[in-house]
Amino acid sequence: MMLVAQAESTLVLPHVDWVSVAPATILIGAAFVLLVAGSLLRGRLPKPTNITVTIAAAVAAMFSTIPLWERVREGRAAATLADAVQVDGFGVFFVITICSALVLSALIGEGFFVRENLPGPEYNVLMLLSASGGIIMATANDLIVLFLGLEILSIALYVLAGSNVRKVESQESALKYFVLGAFSSAVLLYGIALVYGAVGTTNLSGISTYLGDRVIFGNSLLVGGMVLLLVGLGFKVAAVPFHMWTPDVYQGAPSPITGFMAATAKAAGFAALLRVFVSALGSRGTDWQPVVWVLAVITMVVGAILAVVQSDVKRMMAYSSISHAGFIMIGLEAASHRTGASGVSGSLFYLLAYTFIVLGTFAVITIVGGQGDSAHRLDDYNGLARRKPALALAFTLFLLAQAGIPATSGFIAKFGVINAAVQVHSYAIAIVAMLTGVITASFYLRLIMRMYTAEPGEGAVAVRIPMGATIALVLCSAATLVGGLLPQVVVEFAQKATLR
Amino acid sequence: MSLNASATAVATQATSVASPEYSQYLRSYLTITFLAGAAIVLVGGTLAISRAVRPKRPSVEKLTAYESGVDPVGTAWSQSQIRYYIFALLFVMFDVEAVFLFPWALRLEEFGVFGLVEMFAFVVILILGLVYAWRKGVLRWV
Repeated sequence: MMLVAQAESTLVLPHVDWVSVAPATILIGAAFVLLVAGSLLRGRLPKPTNITVTIAAAVAAMFSTIPLWERVREGRAAATLADAVQVDGFGVFFVITICSALVLSALIGEGFFVRENLPGPEYNVLMLLSASGGIIMATANDLIVLFLGLEILSIALYVLAGSNVRKVESQESALKYFVLGAFSSAVLLYGIALVYGAVGTTNLSGISTYLGDRVIFGNSLLVGGMVLLLVGLGFKVAAVPFHMWTPDVYQGAPSPITGFMAATAKAAGFAALLRVFVSALGSRGTDWQPVVWVLAVITMVVGAILAVVQSDVKRMMAYSSISHAGFIMIGLEAASHRTGASGVSGSLFYLLAYTFIVLGTFAVITIVGGQGDSAHRLDDYNGLARRKPALALAFTLFLLAQAGIPATSGFIAKFGVINAAVQVHSYAIAIVAMLTGVITASFYLRLIMRMYTAEPGEGAVAVRIPMGATIALVLCSAATLVGGLLPQVVVEFAQKATLR
Repeated sequence: MSLNASATAVATQATSVASPEYSQYLRSYLTITFLAGAAIVLVGGTLAISRAVRPKRPSVEKLTAYESGVDPVGTAWSQSQIRYYIFALLFVMFDVEAVFLFPWALRLEEFGVFGLVEMFAFVVILILGLVYAWRKGVLRWV
């Protein structure tokens, strides 16, 4: 009765709070400007326009979070736009993370697309749109908005994966990513439908309130919905056993795009996972905690073990990113406990640190890949230290950071999530994480050994380092070292950005 | 209002099927069931009557498929021009736009300026896509 009465009354239009949607709006606006200007003026645009607009938009989006952060600090963070968008510290953190990834990818991609003779603003436009989708996902307060963000992020990524139009591997990876991605989106959508059926709302705060003040007997509908949500989002973050697409897609996609994908898709996917499971379904923690525990453990272990036997660097990094997803899931597992608030901040710090580490890694892979983006065998790294000492040093830093060696941000990140697990007495998962760390270290160190001790092979590809990639490498190295040596600032930011 | 009071009293109402909201909900489907039944009876009845009264003298010409008066040639698995693909794509895009425009136009007065601006933004985004397609030369028949 009440529902019917509401539908017949006059429409209540939402108040649009432009400040809180500014980050995504800026990126989308820049994408449209770039697309139209690029097509109308064609060759007449000065060359650095694409990268300048992309980086300017990303930096502007980062600065547009300052008033939002002020609101968060004053405790005035609230849902706006008919409760569809929630800009809190958590959202601001992900805006910063995703925009950093965008700036770095644009810098890495600049030289790459010139080298591969793929002109045009399309790559930058798609990266801007994809990043805006990630931001919409991270700030969504409604499952439908979250799904929209996910689609904006993913569809742009499908096209980007196939953007090296002259390589059949790139086309193959785009098709695989698209088919499996569309499938997982359908699973996610079904999960949303079941959760809606169980609680009668798609609003995340609504779900939290509903579940907070009543007991549901026979909650199979809700549990089914949670499982499907976990499967759908687990696919996006490449958690085992939903990781099958990752190696092929990472290997086939153009190298800078792979880095962008690894950073943004993972960040946005985990933003959605944390928001949905910790803030909306947090009171049902006992239901989903065992599933997440198993997922975290097998993701870490399977990713690490399969990475050891790879002979292609991009495939190896794909499996290593799967293993990292397992580590980030430890934070989610810890957050399922009542005392596990540090789990979320651990995951957040891990994601920000990983963004810089993985983009630095892929910057090096892009450079070493050479003309044709094909020199990705482990042998291609033999004796890199003799040919390009600075590049080899930077790569060593990123690999050590991925392995979690002290004095790098990777160490603080791993320490954060394992510490969160220990605080909630999940000792088993902490032990598995530390053992996995040893396995992953073995293949990172093997790659470092190749660069420093092996002889460069016959016909080693000439390595040229473009300007943009140099800047990206310097930024990533600096962030990795600062995150390892002076982590207090970032850790505090991550702690203030948690959901509760 | 009394429904609401009982809802808070019985915390388990979310899963109980016999609650009044559910029967109300199912009752609205009853109309559809009646309509479907009427449709089946009406169509089935007319077909049955015509079958009973018509004469039946089949010949080869009468049994061939009718295709605008032209002799049907070849199989249905024929190839069509790839050039139609891009037009089909553009058609789908603007067809979906129309699907959104009609319900919006019906409630335009209620949406007011807000709705006007929103729809304007939506259409402009699609037009930007068309401009891009035009400048990329996909609208030329090569």
